[in-house]
Amino acid sequence: MSKRLFRNLPLHLMLLPALALLVAYNYIPLVGNLMAFQRYNPVKGLMRSQWTGWTNFRYVLAMPDTLQVLWNTFFIAIMKLVANIIVPVFFALLLNEVRSVRYKRILQTVIYFPHFLSWVILSGIMIDILSPSKGIVGQLMASVGLKPVFFLGDPKWFPYTLVITETWKEFGFGTIVYLAALTGIDPALYESSMIDGANRFQQVRRITLPGILPIVTLMTILSMGNILNAGFDQIFNLYSPQVYATGDILDTLVYRLGLEDAQYGVATAVGLFKSVVSFTMLAISYTLAYRYTDYRVF
Amino acid sequence: MSKMTKGMRVFSVFNYIFLSLVTFTCLLPILNQLAISFSSSGAVGMGKVSIFPVNFTLESYKYMAEKPLFFSSVVVSLKRIGLAVPLSMITATLAAYPLSRYNHEFKARRYYIWCFVVPMMFSGGLIPTYMAVRDTHLINTIWAMVIPSAVNVFNIILMMNFFRQIPKEMEEAAFIDGAGHMKVLTRVLLPVSTPVLATVALFFIVNHWNSWFDGLIYMNSPEKYPLQTYLQTMVVSRDLMVLETLRDVRNLPDISDRTGKAAQIFLAAVPVLMVYPFLQKYFTTGIVMGSVKG
Repeated sequence: MSKRLFRNLPLHLMLLPALALLVAYNYIPLVGNLMAFQRYNPVKGLMRSQWTGWTNFRYVLAMPDTLQVLWNTFFIAIMKLVANIIVPVFFALLLNEVRSVRYKRILQTVIYFPHFLSWVILSGIMIDILSPSKGIVGQLMASVGLKPVFFLGDPKWFPYTLVITETWKEFGFGTIVYLAALTGIDPALYESSMIDGANRFQQVRRITLPGILPIVTLMTILSMGNILNAGFDQIFNLYSPQVYATGDILDTLVYRLGLEDAQYGVATAVGLFKSVVSFTMLAISYTLAYRYTDYRVF
Repeated sequence: MSKMTKGMRVFSVFNYIFLSLVTFTCLLPILNQLAISFSSSGAVGMGKVSIFPVNFTLESYKYMAEKPLFFSSVVVSLKRIGLAVPLSMITATLAAYPLSRYNHEFKARRYYIWCFVVPMMFSGGLIPTYMAVRDTHLINTIWAMVIPSAVNVFNIILMMNFFRQIPKEMEEAAFIDGAGHMKVLTRVLLPVSTPVLATVALFFIVNHWNSWFDGLIYMNSPEKYPLQTYLQTMVVSRDLMVLETLRDVRNLPDISDRTGKAAQIFLAAVPVLMVYPFLQKYFTTGIVMGSVKG
């Protein structure tokens, strides 16, 4: 026993730096969530701040906008989840029909690029091109006789603008994942179906779609943990008070309550609620993924 | 396959056109901003600029040369990358090696792996994390953007899975020759792990170049902002946008706000554009490596 401990001692030591950092910046904040049940005072700290039970949660529920914010978060997140599955699958199927390997690679390279740009850069671009009077999108719409739309300033349009721009940024990533799955389908299936007289559309329906169904299912299940992740980076950089009605989400609310209004306990209560819901969904989704697709994260 | 039906050929043509159009739409916003940054403010103001510069000029880039905050923020960004990437890489490598041992070799692994996975599933939240950074006295120092984000569990798991794929015989031979764990890691595993090391290093570099929120909340003064935080406050954020426009009006005749902003945005995207070919190459291998579960 002691011999093994001695032999494995270097292994324990090697884990030490990472674990120390995890404790300091992940586990201590995890415990720090307890300030959701306090009138937290940063000077007194977690130990000596006054405990108030569920008061912060009751306060949040009594705020007039809370339910709207919760709904916005859910609505935007769900629309993004759906778009982020359908668009890449559709695009991968079309891209799979392109015969020229070089052209396929060029297309992939271009659509994948926005994934690596930050939402700060992309928001700077979006704010300019979506400006109804000056932006290129407004000019294009005007040239075909459409009325200009204030994509970022009209509460009716704002959530859809979020979904479209997010999909624009991320669909290249999903397309590459699904395209990899498509190339993994056994070519013998196509050959034998052709001998049986199947045309291309029948092949897509009977071979290609069933072939990528497992990975689509897996990606869908795994994305369930994001049910309340409407995309803080994007929304924070694109929203303004005039679209709070439809664009304010839990994360932006936490930011404003906590770091602008210094209501630490209340903000943490909102954050904790989100973490608990996300964790529950994640636990369910991983269990499902493990049971039905044998997928293991670690 | 040599004979295509008429329907297939029609579909093929439409498919090419559709895909080209969508792909062009991906490029359009970036090309448009690039064109604006090289155009005269007059042409931009009249809405003449689409994807080619009109009245080509370098005015907006010259104008930026007079903005010291832009350059100091680039320096901060480079500095944080220079500090964070080595620190994160060393921490990740040291953690990935013990985690790549199998449970029967290293009994405690089954407990350790949970310590790494739990933070991935349950986040500490914005305010408690901020308090932890404050309590460790990092606020307003560059380390606030380096240390708290140093451990990236996803990258550690990526490395762990890569180490597990390396043939066992290589390390067994080294162990028989009397090498310890540290020697096996540095002399046997790392030399054959360049793909995963490059992938993880690129991830860290791009993450640090792109991150803006930590700079915004942990830094108290604009001259300590990294580039993306500077852009966030000066170019994107609506309230300050108004302030800056006012200042620009006072400095008449000046460059139009739009061309200057476009130039700054474009310059911030250039480094990503430069590493993109490598990113793309390693990222796809990264997805493949990450998906092979041990």
